[in-house]
Amino acid sequence: MPAVTQTREAVEKLGQSTYKWGFETDIEMDMAPKGLNEDIIRLISSRKEEPEWMLEWRLAAYKTWQAMEEPKWAKVAFPPIDYQDAHYYAAPRKKPGPRSLDEVDPELLRTYEKLGIPLHEQALLAGVEVPEGERMPVAVDAVFDSVSVATTFRKTLEEAGVIFCPISEAVREHPDLVRKYLGTVVPAGDNFFSALNSAVFTDGSFVYVPKGVRCPMELSTYFRINAKNTGQFERTLIVVEEGGSVSYLEGCTAPMRDENQLHAAVVELVAMDDASIKYSTVQNWYPGDENGRGGIYNFVTKRGACRGARSKISWTQVETGSAITWKYPSCILQGEGSVGEFYSVAVTNNHQQADTGTKMIHLGRNTRSTIIAKTISAGRSDSTYRGLVRVQPKASGARNFTQCDSLLIGDQCGAHTVPYIESRNMHARIEHEATTSKISEDQLFYCRQRGLSEEDAVGLIVNGFCRDVLKELPMEFAVEAQKLLQISLEGSVG
Amino acid sequence: MSQFLEISGLCAQIDADGQKKQILRGVDLSIPPGEVHVIMGPNGSGKSTLSYVLAGREEYEVTAGTATFHGQDLLAMEPEERAAAGLFLAFQSPIELPGVNNANFLRTAVNAVRRARGQDELDAVAFLKMAREAAKALSMAPDMLKRNVNVGFSGGEKKRNEVLQMTLLQPTFAILDETDSGLDVDALRIVAEGVNRLRAPTFSALVITHHQKLLDYLVPDRIHVMARGRIILSGGPELARQIDQEGYTKFLAEVA
Ligand SMILES: Nc1ncnc2c1ncn2[C@@H]1O[C@H](COP(=O)(O)OP(=O)(O)O)[C@@H](O)[C@H]1O
Ligand SMILES: [Mg+2]
Repeated sequence: MPAVTQTREAVEKLGQSTYKWGFETDIEMDMAPKGLNEDIIRLISSRKEEPEWMLEWRLAAYKTWQAMEEPKWAKVAFPPIDYQDAHYYAAPRKKPGPRSLDEVDPELLRTYEKLGIPLHEQALLAGVEVPEGERMPVAVDAVFDSVSVATTFRKTLEEAGVIFCPISEAVREHPDLVRKYLGTVVPAGDNFFSALNSAVFTDGSFVYVPKGVRCPMELSTYFRINAKNTGQFERTLIVVEEGGSVSYLEGCTAPMRDENQLHAAVVELVAMDDASIKYSTVQNWYPGDENGRGGIYNFVTKRGACRGARSKISWTQVETGSAITWKYPSCILQGEGSVGEFYSVAVTNNHQQADTGTKMIHLGRNTRSTIIAKTISAGRSDSTYRGLVRVQPKASGARNFTQCDSLLIGDQCGAHTVPYIESRNMHARIEHEATTSKISEDQLFYCRQRGLSEEDAVGLIVNGFCRDVLKELPMEFAVEAQKLLQISLEGSVG
Repeated sequence: MSQFLEISGLCAQIDADGQKKQILRGVDLSIPPGEVHVIMGPNGSGKSTLSYVLAGREEYEVTAGTATFHGQDLLAMEPEERAAAGLFLAFQSPIELPGVNNANFLRTAVNAVRRARGQDELDAVAFLKMAREAAKALSMAPDMLKRNVNVGFSGGEKKRNEVLQMTLLQPTFAILDETDSGLDVDALRIVAEGVNRLRAPTFSALVITHHQKLLDYLVPDRIHVMARGRIILSGGPELARQIDQEGYTKFLAEVA
């Protein structure tokens, strides 16, 4: 039997068992009742001890949301979501925002251990600051359902002048900064899910890098949905002042459940003159089982504003999880000579659906953008790259290069490329290349003749296919992402 | 009975556009340990198909016959098991693997067979040292290890890369499918030396070629002529020289 047939059959067999992060942690939860209304929003706000302006902002967003409808243009299909049938607040029953590990539920720590998340050493989370050693230290903020439970390396960061803390804490302790930037890149009413997020967001990270500071370490946030029937609505805001730089990574997992769970995050980035932000995501939410039951609905709005001249925002994403992914990390290239980049690997298997891509909006002169999108589809999954490159009249000398490559495993999956190009300036240069290929029998046989198992051969070929993107990830995470790619296609052969 | 490589009555077919097409029509071939055997024969006679079937390519359906390697049923093994057992095929047209670093590929392969053979895996440093030496012995540019597997390689570079892989994987039975085609005289000698370095009482090779030139360096033990899916004639090294001078026609006519 030809290997590709086997591959396909095996992919179809790929089930829950391969999702290794699917356990649930038994922790006492403080839960808001199901449903969404003004009282729930007030409850969230009071649990977070928020100032009045924040509550008002939320309530205004809620009104906006009520008047909106779910977007229908993406190439994804799902039954109607009952927004009243979810909990909008769930927190480990402990005082929120523990300062030391002793305050963190040991069950939670065990969860992190099982996850083997990019916390690397548990010592890190345990608050033992060991910057010495071969690997670059990584500061971590871990968000569990609605609450941030531990942020490491705070002291080192504070000394450098960098603020890295849960956003709920930032709202309380750095209200001027939060107020100045929150919602300026993604306004509450931007879209249905951003409005929902603005009304009910519970936690997420806040990063502020002052003028001239290069953040001394990678920052990382780890998101986990744990409680049943909860949505996760995190909000991340990163502001880098003139000449500063930061590299930030987020990782995500969730338990296996029969019901779908909603995740609707908003991420806003602001880069001033000569500032640079590198934002990397390794998304591994539970994708659902082989019949398409369960899994996370991942409806995310991510946008960066290159406000300053020569500023740079680079999005790198490895998307392997979620039942549905709806996500278009974008750059608004306003500053003269600013640079936007989007590097993406999206893997879908079984019944997963992904509609992802980017938007590069060229406003300023000599702005440049690069888009490299790699799509891998297996099983009966369906994946769409949707990208917009828009050059506004003032953006003389703007340049874009787009490369979209799709790799199909088996013949029941689909891959689509939908580029939108709108140029309103004659002196802009836009290039677009697209390819679709299959892993060939020749390639598999060649690898196997050299002694590789079919699974390793697929892993090697897939990683080769994604290389241009993976090399953009911070070293340590690149290794993790490679493993993840292999795991998400595990059982896709023999 | 040598018990090294024994092929008997081997028949294989392929599904070409819904039609079964018989390619191998009863191949008999026995290769004792320590020998270099040569298969010559007109284009389309089934030489590459034989090498694919021995290496385990699934598109070719074996309809009759047997093939054993060290007494083991070769045809029942997965391709990677055959590789681990010591079988290596240098492809007539080596395959490109975009984005896959050559050194990384080689190391993954070497460690896969080492694991399967119960040997320790090589770490990156030890492996690179070994690979660099082997590449140098084949007069390969050092950057060939850093490039993507066969991508953008010239014909000659691809063939040398096959020999490099063979050197590192240390097979006990190597099939070289027209590895000499398209090589200049110097490259030919380098490739032949690569094979000769492996020669040992426990190593055998099956060399598919059209040219005497390679055989000048390799010094084969037996020559077989293949036509229409069968070995129609076998002889000593002089047979190759005769074919080189007179072509296949005479021999084909004789058996017809
Ligand atoms: N994959 C294939 N599909 C269809 N026909 C094939 C395939 N492989 C080999 N053949 C046919 O089988 C015959 C033998 O081919 P091959 O083994 O490549 O011969 P040789 O290597 O001796 O030149 C040829 O007629 C060739 O066209
Ligand atoms: Mg051939």
